[in-house]
Amino acid sequence: MAGTGLACALVLVIADRFFAVHEDPRIEAVAALLPGINCGGCGFAGCSDYARAMVAGEAAVNLCGPGGAETSHKVAAMLGVEASARQRMVALVLCGGDASKTTRKSRYNGVADCVAAHSVGGDKLCRYGCLGYGSCARACPVDAIEITAGRLAVVHPDICIGCGNCVRTCPRSLIRMAPDSRTLHVICSSKDKGPVVKKACSVGCIGCTICTKLVKNEAIKMEGALAVVDYTRDPESDAAAEKCPGHCIVLTKAGVAS
Amino acid sequence: MSIVKAMFRAVGGVHPDYRKSATAQKAVREMPLPALLRVSTAQHLGAPSRPVAKKGDAVLRGARLAEPAGFISAAVHSPTSGVVKAIADAPTPTGATAPAIEIEPDGRDAWDPSIAPKPDWQTMSSKNLAALVVEAGIVGMGGAGFPTHVKLSPPPNKPIDTLILNGAECEPYLTADHRLMIERAEQVWAGAEIIRHILGAKTVRVAIEDNKPDAVRSMERAMAGAAGDVAIAVLKTSYPQGAEKQQIYGITGREVPTGGLPMDVGCVVENVGTALAIFDAIVNGRPLTERITTVTGSPVADPSNVLARVGTPYGDLVSFCGGTSGPVAKWISGGPMMGFAQHSLETPTTKTTSGLVALAPGDLTAFASTPCISCSRCVTACPMKLLPCELSQILEAEDYAAAEALNVLDCIECGCCAFECPSRRPLVQHMRRGKARAMARRRAEEAKKKGK
Repeated sequence: MAGTGLACALVLVIADRFFAVHEDPRIEAVAALLPGINCGGCGFAGCSDYARAMVAGEAAVNLCGPGGAETSHKVAAMLGVEASARQRMVALVLCGGDASKTTRKSRYNGVADCVAAHSVGGDKLCRYGCLGYGSCARACPVDAIEITAGRLAVVHPDICIGCGNCVRTCPRSLIRMAPDSRTLHVICSSKDKGPVVKKACSVGCIGCTICTKLVKNEAIKMEGALAVVDYTRDPESDAAAEKCPGHCIVLTKAGVAS
Repeated sequence: MSIVKAMFRAVGGVHPDYRKSATAQKAVREMPLPALLRVSTAQHLGAPSRPVAKKGDAVLRGARLAEPAGFISAAVHSPTSGVVKAIADAPTPTGATAPAIEIEPDGRDAWDPSIAPKPDWQTMSSKNLAALVVEAGIVGMGGAGFPTHVKLSPPPNKPIDTLILNGAECEPYLTADHRLMIERAEQVWAGAEIIRHILGAKTVRVAIEDNKPDAVRSMERAMAGAAGDVAIAVLKTSYPQGAEKQQIYGITGREVPTGGLPMDVGCVVENVGTALAIFDAIVNGRPLTERITTVTGSPVADPSNVLARVGTPYGDLVSFCGGTSGPVAKWISGGPMMGFAQHSLETPTTKTTSGLVALAPGDLTAFASTPCISCSRCVTACPMKLLPCELSQILEAEDYAAAEALNVLDCIECGCCAFECPSRRPLVQHMRRGKARAMARRRAEEAKKKGK
């Protein structure tokens, strides 16, 4: 018995010597600094994969949305690299049409899921608007998205960690990432022309282009019949929010549709 | 020429009420031209066609309005002579929106001079005939709208020995194909002979369910002089007998492999309406611009089989049938098992609109769906031998990889599982969502491979 034990121990000692995996100890240390929720917002398969990439010098240290500036500074200090400041980004639902503001074209009584509802055209007259069946809310790892009583998805910017899972989930592609510091937003995604939008919704972009003239630096541009904010440019003025005849430009903290 | 009973009993299936009596004995009526026709560019499976007509163009009937955008796509032709009013988005029966060419008829209904009849088709090669089918924009008229020329040009390593002409019409309410086989049997059979010539198929079977004995007699007369291994296969009535994979099994005993096509087992299935369209396209040189649609349901004042131009708004079809005599809870484009609920009657008909069914409030039951009780009725009903109960729970949990492993992509969306489910679970919807996700994943993977 003792002999067998000794022989096995010997085999294990040899195996430990020859098959040991040498991993950079920094990877574990860096991973420990990350939040560890594996949201995937950085573009890597979880926190330890991102840590490996940073140690190998393949990724910037400021990609972690949930960790924010604090984490990137800590990682930068540990790896001895420069941490450049990064805007905190939060998700923003570009639709403000809840039940009180939009027209429903039909009664949908299928699976309560946006992908399923979208596959049959949805029940809203607006074919770009939020369906409100909560696919994004279910994809959110931190429960930052609320589906209101009027069946509209709204992001709580204080909770949002900026991972972007909701952006990838929405079948109508109406969630976008916006800098936390910005306050002027066009809350509409409808590419339809004015008369069509007006029929479907009371808070839709009618493509009048007034906002593009009220902001500076071309911070709002027209994409067809839809006004789109360019978050890399500063609008310098909030006049567009008051003057918007479609009532779809709001002045608020990112993520909260008034 | 003989009448045979289908040899094999198809797997699964259900027996919904036929509800065909309102229109089964009514002759097809031709509808006058509506004030405006909206011809959709998404009338078939595959890529929507590209409009070639421009606003303001004067067009004649049969002139090309849109060209196919790829191999799996189809051309679209003007259903009458008139002026192109606009090219604007219009709703499609599936709930989507697609560009449509709006035509205001001029009342002359004159054919385009390019129409070239080919009564001597026997002397033409398969390739030339298949090219004429492409030219005529013919798609499967049973409902799915698969471009017909794809079926008619099998690769050389997949020879076709059996052509099945599908006259099963297993959906409740619909009688369009039934009337077609009674009233235009000779032309349907002539179309079948053309398809047979193109494919070089030895055997032809005309599949008809045993609840349409008059159609069997009518087709029998039309096929009396036919040569070779030709027969009418009488199927025991059950749903979804009209689905091609089920029909092939019922008649030949061959099973189409998972992910495969009927041509993999040497078969091609064509709807009887498609056969007529091919006859019209080749012998008369006329592209596909009209079809028979059954407008029925208890609220419809005068349920009828209507021969209407492609692009006729549903509302006009209903007024032609006397409007409605009572409240309508639901309009369905197609049959009630696989059709699509409509939110507006502005939607125009397409080449695949086999029916428009109105359901009264009493025809519908509102129900709440409850958890699966594992009774396995859906498993017994599934004609594709899938496990809808398990798949629906997997899909509820959004585990798309597991659903793909259980062959969710084989689902034909016939609705038998949901029809049988005592818990009233929305099984087909779960399947549709699962299929959409699985296809999206496959496409992403292919794109990735191409990128690398």
